[in-house]
Amino acid sequence: MDQIAVKINDLTFFYTPDEEDETPRDVLSGVRLEIEKGSFVAVLGHNGSGKSTLARHLNALLLPRGGTVTVFGMDTRDEELTLEIRRRVGMVFQNPDNQIVSNVVEEDVAFAPENLGVPTPEIRSRVDEALKTVGMYEFRTHAPHLLSGGQKQRIAIAGVLAMRPECVVFDEPTAMLDPRGRRDVMNIIRRMKNELGSTVVLITHHMEEAAMADRVIVMSDGSVKMDGAPKEIFTRVRELEDLGLTVPRTTRLMYELRERGVDVPLDTLTVEECAQALACHFKAG
Amino acid sequence: MLKDVTLGQYFPGDTVVHSLDPRTKILMVILYIAALFTAKSWLGYALCLVFLASAVAVSKIRLSAMLKGLKPVVFVVILTSVLNLFYGAGEPIFQWWIFKISREGIKAAVLMGSRIIMLVMGTFMLTYTTSPIMLTYGLELLLGPLKKLKVPVHELAMMMSMALRLIPTLIEETDKIMSAQKARGAEFDTGNLIEKAKAMLPILVPLFLSSFRRADELATAMEARCYHGGENRTRLNVLKLAPRDFTTLTVGALLLAASIALARIGL
Repeated sequence: MDQIAVKINDLTFFYTPDEEDETPRDVLSGVRLEIEKGSFVAVLGHNGSGKSTLARHLNALLLPRGGTVTVFGMDTRDEELTLEIRRRVGMVFQNPDNQIVSNVVEEDVAFAPENLGVPTPEIRSRVDEALKTVGMYEFRTHAPHLLSGGQKQRIAIAGVLAMRPECVVFDEPTAMLDPRGRRDVMNIIRRMKNELGSTVVLITHHMEEAAMADRVIVMSDGSVKMDGAPKEIFTRVRELEDLGLTVPRTTRLMYELRERGVDVPLDTLTVEECAQALACHFKAG
Repeated sequence: MLKDVTLGQYFPGDTVVHSLDPRTKILMVILYIAALFTAKSWLGYALCLVFLASAVAVSKIRLSAMLKGLKPVVFVVILTSVLNLFYGAGEPIFQWWIFKISREGIKAAVLMGSRIIMLVMGTFMLTYTTSPIMLTYGLELLLGPLKKLKVPVHELAMMMSMALRLIPTLIEETDKIMSAQKARGAEFDTGNLIEKAKAMLPILVPLFLSSFRRADELATAMEARCYHGGENRTRLNVLKLAPRDFTTLTVGALLLAASIALARIGL
């Protein structure tokens, strides 16, 4: 029990319809999930699969209509615990422009600790530490709107890190970034998992990003359709395609080769692995 | 095109004026305005001018920046001066049809004109040397006592700083929308005033819509970062009055006192 960060039991959610006589459509239905402390979980799904709605349940931004969500042993429906839950489960959103609250980088990073009533000297040390973690310390007195998208997103991550959360949920953090910003953000996420030991939940539709996780959850129509290690999930090419998802390019290549009768393994995720497997195959053949 | 919009412009610097507590600067502006309005004679105005000039000199704000900022008020200055010119009592020294200009009229026109110019320049000293964030923080602290009267001081200050934060973002967005509309053949620079106003409509509608979406997302992000109003909030940068703030405020009080005294003895 102690090793579980998030426990979701039979979670059902729907938005209140605009018209009274409309019947609400379930955005999430009967989701069951456990996320272990310190793990890196990627949640995949096409638009409207309910993955972002699921994410918003993890820090009590949305409350379950049915079932329960328990975060570090705390029921999200308990209003007394809302702040504590949000402190321990940080969230980074898609658009960096819409989550930065201040005209000065360091004041933005200080926003969460300020809200939590952290004493001033400690805010200073937390802000400096968070900015160094994301490599934006030199920019602490800059104006965020003059930075690049990737830099802004790093500021937003620092703003969450300053709360010292145990778990961080990333809701498509790279969707609006250029390739370089995307790489920087993914490197930070990896370091958070490896060096800070944070539990990471990454909502994404980039297969290459999901491949970096320890575990991949595929969602469709408001429920979990697949759940397993990336290598295992990505070999199920047909199933993924039926759910409207594409597999990583390396897996795609291997899959096509196999379709044409070349006997190569499917579970290669990185370009290096893929190249090696191909080299091996052709040497043997 | 919209890049040169200046709203509450701030010129960073590290002079004494810049480093004064924002509360001190706000109070100084109030004292200065009060002194300016009690002044009735050349001497009283000269006193205020000396004060303003020394503040400008110490802050190292370029005179050209001060003058540039005056542009929008030129019309008001001219209008007020002209009105005062003709409404002065006393012996007319020039008369044509119903227009009479007296010595008092000229004096009133010059004094009124300089009063407005000096007033605007005084407030520039506040906004040019204080970052918007510090300004809001200063206001929040100064209005703090009103919380007892259930005035939502923290919320108002937060709204103001949010607005300031979003100005550059919205300008950027307006630029984007304008380019998109131009690419589809919209023209913003031709036609009369009404045509120009009509051309703005296809910009304003998407801008409004996206502002609402932004506001919604921003509120969610703030909640996710534990924002729950002003209760038990701490600050990264805490304002503390330094000896120089008290010195400055004493100078401000003396200025007002001198101005009142001069007006009383009729100088």
